Amino acid sequence: MKNIGIIIETDIRESDAEELDKSEVKAICFGMITLARQKNCELFAFVFNAEIKDLKSELESFGITNLVNVVLAPEHQNNPAVRAKAMVNAVKDFNIHAVLGLSTPMGKDLLPRAAAQLDAPLVMDCIHVDLENFLAKTSHYSGKAIATIKTAGETLIFGIRPNAVEPVMAQASARILKFDGTDLVATKLKVIKTGKNDKSANINLAEADIIIAGGRGMQNSENFNLISKCAERLNAALGASRVAVDEGWVPYSMQVGQTGEKVSPKVYIACGISGSIQHFAGMKTSRMIIAINRDENAAIMSNCDYYAKSDVLKIIPRLTELLKNG
Amino acid sequence: MQIYVCVKHVPDSAASITIIDDTGIDKNITFLLNPFDEHAITQATKIRDSKTEEGIPNSEVIAVCLGPDDAQNTLQSALAMGADRGILIQTSENHDSIFTAKALKAAIDQDGTVDLILTGKESIDTEGMQTMFRLGALFDFSVANSIVKLEIEDGHAIVDHELSGGIVNTYQMSLPCVIGAGKGLNTPKYPTFPDIVKARKKIIKKIALADLNIEDSSASMTIVKLEPLQQKRNPVEIKGDAGQIAEQIVQILKQEAKVIS
Ligand SMILES: Cc1cc2nc3c(=O)[nH]c(=O)nc-3n(C[C@H](O)[C@H](O)[C@H](O)COP(=O)(O)OP(=O)(O)OC[C@H]3O[C@@H](n4cnc5c(N)ncnc54)[C@H](O)[C@@H]3O)c2cc1C
Ligand SMILES: Nc1ncnc2c1ncn2[C@@H]1O[C@H](COP(=O)(O)O)[C@@H](O)[C@H]1O
Repeated sequence: MKNIGIIIETDIRESDAEELDKSEVKAICFGMITLARQKNCELFAFVFNAEIKDLKSELESFGITNLVNVVLAPEHQNNPAVRAKAMVNAVKDFNIHAVLGLSTPMGKDLLPRAAAQLDAPLVMDCIHVDLENFLAKTSHYSGKAIATIKTAGETLIFGIRPNAVEPVMAQASARILKFDGTDLVATKLKVIKTGKNDKSANINLAEADIIIAGGRGMQNSENFNLISKCAERLNAALGASRVAVDEGWVPYSMQVGQTGEKVSPKVYIACGISGSIQHFAGMKTSRMIIAINRDENAAIMSNCDYYAKSDVLKIIPRLTELLKNG
Repeated sequence: MQIYVCVKHVPDSAASITIIDDTGIDKNITFLLNPFDEHAITQATKIRDSKTEEGIPNSEVIAVCLGPDDAQNTLQSALAMGADRGILIQTSENHDSIFTAKALKAAIDQDGTVDLILTGKESIDTEGMQTMFRLGALFDFSVANSIVKLEIEDGHAIVDHELSGGIVNTYQMSLPCVIGAGKGLNTPKYPTFPDIVKARKKIIKKIALADLNIEDSSASMTIVKLEPLQQKRNPVEIKGDAGQIAEQIVQILKQEAKVIS
């Protein structure tokens, strides 16, 4: 019997005035839990300072058998070094053999911190993990190759690319456990300011089901408002090519590609993007790619699922209109 | 201030990759300085050259690389971008991040006293995203990665860590520490011809990996297979005028992708 740990990320769902805000499990976690399920395994879900009762039934419906609330002192709960210490100690306490987390901003910070302290192997951005044979598949050479990596060590850690695995339900019931990390502190790193996760801000690229991205073909920052309106209707995240960022039309945080965010949405709509190797490095693994480009010889047109040879500035407003009416 | 910058020798992202022997690539392509490490070098030279109140006089920027003989070119680029000298830990093999961090630590220890270590936030070949954290654990220094702002003040580093969507956290870290440079940190200062010529006079110290006596650890990550990413897409054209195209896209999103209802 092996214990597998899964780092769960949560969101706050705002409720009506009468009710309290509720925590919910981020949808991108369910594919990761599906991947972790094995014969003869206990699945330990780790959450940080969470309201367990809000999360329990959702996690059980995907097969979680132990739900561990990692409790940190409120003044330290945003400190990445404290979180990592708590995770390291919890992994030891619960005798965890393999840990799965997401390759999200939180996972990219927490997982390597913990791996370094445990001297454990770590593979980030996995598109598949085989826990029986300790193998992980991940992208190499800017997405041009897939490497299968064999890990060896007492504890194995894997960062899973969001949306890489299709979630499948499997009912279980879970024990509620607690890890008390309230005495943990970090003296060498202090958090002096945390940016607020403003819900009204752009939907997180790595988590989005749909991404609409604009490139040089968008021509200026005003035209980006066109795709931004469309994205709002679709509940999509906004992305961009490096040219759009370098031109100053949109912030760097929107860049998709080798030196930007790596994404695997269900649908990637590329608007006026030529499809350079470096851009593909970040969105190659999208389930469906739709390209709108004036030039049918653009690289993206021969490497997508659907393409429209047309002026993106004409298509997007029509699309937004249709979404409003339909 | 003694600033060590870890620089990796990686294939040019524009080069096409040919896989040989199932786990390696044909190395007969252009290699260069890992793009994120350019930001690290640029920041290190900025700190060295800054004339702040406290002043950080007598600062030295040392670029360190674990790589093959050819990686001298990558160190040469780092020197042309402003590093004062380089250290090449020579190896003909590929090593995982666990081993790499140990080798970098041993070479830095052998060279001098550290005040600050800079790395890139990620290497573009193996995309490990972890070497900086392992270095920090070995030195027992604190670490922050994906940093978009860095200031040195009263023995501390004040850094902005970029999460997604432009959300930023600010940390105060005691020195020495390890910092992974994100793209937003600065605009790399590309060398001019005189910089390149001047860099040729700078020193690159070579260390044979074997001389560092690094113990293999029981934990490891080994590439057992490398395959080209399959491209199985068969593009289908969406035809018509703007309205018709938009309508078909809506249908595809509804019926095939099932992302809207
Ligand atoms: C080390 C390195 C790292 C890089 N990292 C990244 C990265 O992370 N992400 C990234 O994106 N790039 C990256 N690049 C840059 C990359 O090489 C390309 O330059 C960039 O992706 C091109 O952006 P683009 O497609 O928007 O522009 P272009 O290549 O100029 O393409 C614009 C396209 O828009 C089309 N178009 C123009 N007007 C219209 C219209 N009205 N309607 C429809 N179509 C129109 C054109 O036909 C053309 O195909 C990197 C480069 C290097 C060297
Ligand atoms: N072989 C190496 N030599 C020098 N620095 C390295 C090496 N490998 C990784 N690094 C540094 O660690 C950073 C992160 O690498 P990685 O963990 O592979 O994503 C890189 O940007 C480099 O600064």
